[in-house]
Amino acid sequence: METNLCVAGFGGQGVMSLGKFLAQATCDSTDKNVTFFPSYGAEQRGGTANCFVVISDGLIGAPLGDVMDDLIVMNGPSLAKFLPTLKQGGTLFINSSIVDEKEVTRSDVKLVKAPVTEMALEMGNAKVLNVIMLGVYVGYTEVVPPDVVWDTIEHKLGSKPKLLPLNKQAFEKGLEIGRSQK
Amino acid sequence: MARKLMKGCEAIAEAAVRAGCRFFAGYPITPQNEIPEYFARRLPEVGGVFVQGESEVASVNMVYGAAAAGTRSMTSSSSPGIALKSEGISYCAAARIPMVYANISRGGPGVGAIQPAQQDYFQATKASGNGGFEMLVLAPSTVQEAVDLTYAAFDYADRDRNPVLLLADGVIGTMMEPVELPPMKTDEEVAAIKASKSGWACIGHKLDYANRSWIAPGQWDTAIMQKQNEEAAAVYASWKKDLQVEEYQIEDAEVVIAAYGICARIGKSVVDICRAAGKKVGLIRPITVHPFPYSSFDKINYDVCKAVLDVEMSIPAQLVQDVELGVKGRCPIETCLCSGGNIMSREAVLEAVDAILAK
Amino acid sequence: MEKIYSRTLTIQENKVSGFCPGCMHSTVIKLIGEAIDELGVIDKSVAITGIGCCGLHMDYIAYDNITAPHGRACAVATGIKRTSPDSLVFTYQGDGDFASIGLAESVSAANRGENFTVIFINNGIYGMTGGQMAPTTLLGMKATTAPKGRNAEEHGYPMHVCELLDQLTAPHYLERVSCNTPQNVIKTKNAIKKAFKYQLEGKGFSLVEIVTSCPTNWGLDPLDALDFIEQKMLPEYPLGVVRDKK
Repeated sequence: METNLCVAGFGGQGVMSLGKFLAQATCDSTDKNVTFFPSYGAEQRGGTANCFVVISDGLIGAPLGDVMDDLIVMNGPSLAKFLPTLKQGGTLFINSSIVDEKEVTRSDVKLVKAPVTEMALEMGNAKVLNVIMLGVYVGYTEVVPPDVVWDTIEHKLGSKPKLLPLNKQAFEKGLEIGRSQK
Repeated sequence: MARKLMKGCEAIAEAAVRAGCRFFAGYPITPQNEIPEYFARRLPEVGGVFVQGESEVASVNMVYGAAAAGTRSMTSSSSPGIALKSEGISYCAAARIPMVYANISRGGPGVGAIQPAQQDYFQATKASGNGGFEMLVLAPSTVQEAVDLTYAAFDYADRDRNPVLLLADGVIGTMMEPVELPPMKTDEEVAAIKASKSGWACIGHKLDYANRSWIAPGQWDTAIMQKQNEEAAAVYASWKKDLQVEEYQIEDAEVVIAAYGICARIGKSVVDICRAAGKKVGLIRPITVHPFPYSSFDKINYDVCKAVLDVEMSIPAQLVQDVELGVKGRCPIETCLCSGGNIMSREAVLEAVDAILAK
Repeated sequence: MEKIYSRTLTIQENKVSGFCPGCMHSTVIKLIGEAIDELGVIDKSVAITGIGCCGLHMDYIAYDNITAPHGRACAVATGIKRTSPDSLVFTYQGDGDFASIGLAESVSAANRGENFTVIFINNGIYGMTGGQMAPTTLLGMKATTAPKGRNAEEHGYPMHVCELLDQLTAPHYLERVSCNTPQNVIKTKNAIKKAFKYQLEGKGFSLVEIVTSCPTNWGLDPLDALDFIEQKMLPEYPLGVVRDKK
């Protein structure tokens, strides 16, 4: 069993952190193999950013596949760029605040929607949109147990304990959305 | 042992520290910046020294100095920066100074592309500087292997008093993967390694006209220079015992993929996919790309093998020339290539394999 | 009888100078040897030798030596001194080595305040390769690559290394000396010794620029070359302490 995931969006949307949290949780709490591969533009800020996470019971060949099992898109341009890579019957997760559902031109994939930009703003911190989306992804796929993923986030935020309650809330809201769309 | 999720560059740096590396000098260039950044944080914790050189040229010469003074030392860069280091590497090889350097290679030629590539194969394996010296060149295809080879590289370098090159591509350098780290050498072990070099190290010696330390990357006397070349050649000839190669399901293979580094890893997954579908595909993966495991190609069954498929991220192909020397005309050689920062696609390799099988 | 002078121990025995007649490299190498002998630091002395005539230095000395790639001596010295801080580390470089091909390494090491010493030989010309123009070549002075003589429009002006480095905050000691008279030879030795002492005290970067002659490539006999130093070189390169933080 091997899962190929691509996470794509604008620089600054926490795309890399989302992928890394997932890879870290897999490494720390499972026997599975995992790879995380980032792809940046040349810009330090803004621009596009995407990363690939592969989780597998066996040895991982390509750390970035040509065909994705799951695709998370955080902005419109990423949808256009990566939708063709999603396999038939694969799952597309969209940030429905800024990705127009009508632009999803394929009917052979499953669609999971979460307005994470709006939700994050309502929660008072635009930056937690990636944690919400991570919750959505984990809640929907259960590729790694949610409590393990939360432990990883908690550990990574160890130096900023003030941010923990907000992130916990964000992650759990995401989980709910993910589970509800199964 | 507990596994730890690490980025390739950082894992390489940590492996070096654990091997007793206590000096690093380097200069920023993508995609290897995490190596100097990691050393900058880590070396002061273990009593080591990090210097950001004013250039790649300066950095490699700082390493030449530090290693000549007996300290396990390292530098790293990416393709254009490695080109700048070639003068210093040649001096280290000429003066028989043990040091380790890593090329996290990217697209080229010129400034090329900041994305991963394998376009420095000839430079790495045939001529990393002037004068025809040779080095052990180690090409990892996983982050774990990058760790293990970096750790071993310092022992090879000290054993041979010669530079060792870790040839990793930008995928290995920037991806994260769980690793098990080798044991940390104790301060006593690190000190003992340094002390073992004090006879020849350039650190100052008691007045003794015959036995001062003279680090000589050249000679006025051509007879002495030739003798120096001959001694180095004898060391290079001894490396057959150090050959490392992975031969994967080649006995009955109708297609044998030849690839190193990230392409070999992708190639291996292609072998698994093909075998699951009943297709007879194998892989030869050089881990030491210099010296090259030519004899592995003698193990191919040429009665059934339709072609060897050279897979590399370089246009024009480079590895293919060593593959040709291994195959010796016993079957056709096909290529599956990309370059300029584009990463090899598994689908492309699968298609190339199928095309050969369909012939 | 009291012994008041003996052979410099840190110069190899039974060596005859291979330098050209009138060349001052042999003088400077002897002064370095005397300074090391007098400071009693032979067991910790390390020279980093540049490329060019300065590279011949290694044949005559009894202390440790490493040959650096052309221009990179200050980078090599950085690596040695940082990992072997108890060693007395100095580079021995000519004007082409230090101030042309190696300018980035030289200025950067000075700017970091690396705790080693540079012995910088300025004779205004490339020696070993046969009289090509150096950054320190005087205006009007002929070189094989400036056959009509250096002119400011095409080649710019002679480079003043001590003054250039004086723009940096870190260097501890910068002095320009010469070996054209017995008095100046003594001053040169004192400057070298002072620079070494500063290093042993951990004071940081020091450079001693020594204005010397190259009779062969200047096309002068050795005595005329001394006059040339006095009349042409020293007005362009005035002697004295440029910086001494003490």
